[in-house]
Amino acid sequence: MTTVSCPECAADITLDEGTEVNEIIVCSDCGVDLEVTSLNPATVELAPMEEEDWGE
Amino acid sequence: MQPRLKVGVLYSRVRVEEKWIFAAMEKQGIDYERLDDRKIHFDLDDPAPWRTFDVVLERSISYNSGLYALRMLNAWGVPTVNTAAVAEVCGDKLTTSAMLARAGVPQPHNKVAFSPEAALDAIEEFGYPVVLKPMVGSWGRLLAKINDRDAAEAVLEHKSMLGSVQHSVFYIQEYIKKPGRDIRAIMVGDRVLTAIYRKSEHWITNTARSGEGEICPITPEIEALCLKAASAVGGGLLAVDLVEHPDKGLVVNEINHTMEFHSAQPVSGVNIADEIVNYVVQVAKAAGS
Repeated sequence: MTTVSCPECAADITLDEGTEVNEIIVCSDCGVDLEVTSLNPATVELAPMEEEDWGE
Repeated sequence: MQPRLKVGVLYSRVRVEEKWIFAAMEKQGIDYERLDDRKIHFDLDDPAPWRTFDVVLERSISYNSGLYALRMLNAWGVPTVNTAAVAEVCGDKLTTSAMLARAGVPQPHNKVAFSPEAALDAIEEFGYPVVLKPMVGSWGRLLAKINDRDAAEAVLEHKSMLGSVQHSVFYIQEYIKKPGRDIRAIMVGDRVLTAIYRKSEHWITNTARSGEGEICPITPEIEALCLKAASAVGGGLLAVDLVEHPDKGLVVNEINHTMEFHSAQPVSGVNIADEIVNYVVQVAKAAGS
């Protein structure tokens, strides 16, 4: 089980099995979007803010 | 023995769709490379690194990044899914409307204006309510349902004063009293792979806005309309969004060229990611033959 600390609120977050680099996860404590930036060691950063041209 | 294909996947974030696509690539033993659009760059004098790819699948969240990458790759002769030409059409609502109109594909009644005053005239001609949409954008963002003249004047002023230059092109659409749902059809080449209803009590039924999915039978009418719409914008891997218009019947509302299918895959039970990978391989092989 891999745990990271939320850079916004310092809550401990457990990464699910199969989590990938560049995946977005949500801090269950403060709700901020986080991007998984590496898995070994596990690190997260605040995810980029949504831009106007984002979409499908 | 044929050389092994090399596939590039251009992406911004690993959404559930990218996870499924990567898993499908791995399952099929495909040699693929993940290309984070925030980390790559193009040297315009050196196409060689990019020409090592037999095909690039574009899954950028940023329309601009994806479009310019596709333009570079296609200029160098690297096959892409979709092509830059298709992205140019589908990423811009007015260009999509123009291509659909040229092909005689039924669509909502749309108007375009280039000043707030002309936009207000166009809105008044429609009567209320009407919908203002940004030319570029997705996930149901920045759509405005305008219920009266006061609201029209306020939104037009805000768009012209606060918006980027693109917001000075006013794309105005009739408000359609749809039956609490729209239809998303997934196209793979010349096949309608599957379709779902996207249901919501809100007038915006996008599943990115919490719309719920339900399987939609592919009727001959849906199939014919989707094929015609896909052909009008250049074809490829597309999500055609249809609306049930109370007077006109089925109309094409928009077409997405880097489709999300987080609802369509589980709801339909169709492995869309597998089909995407098969299509990408097919494009690479066709280009190489």
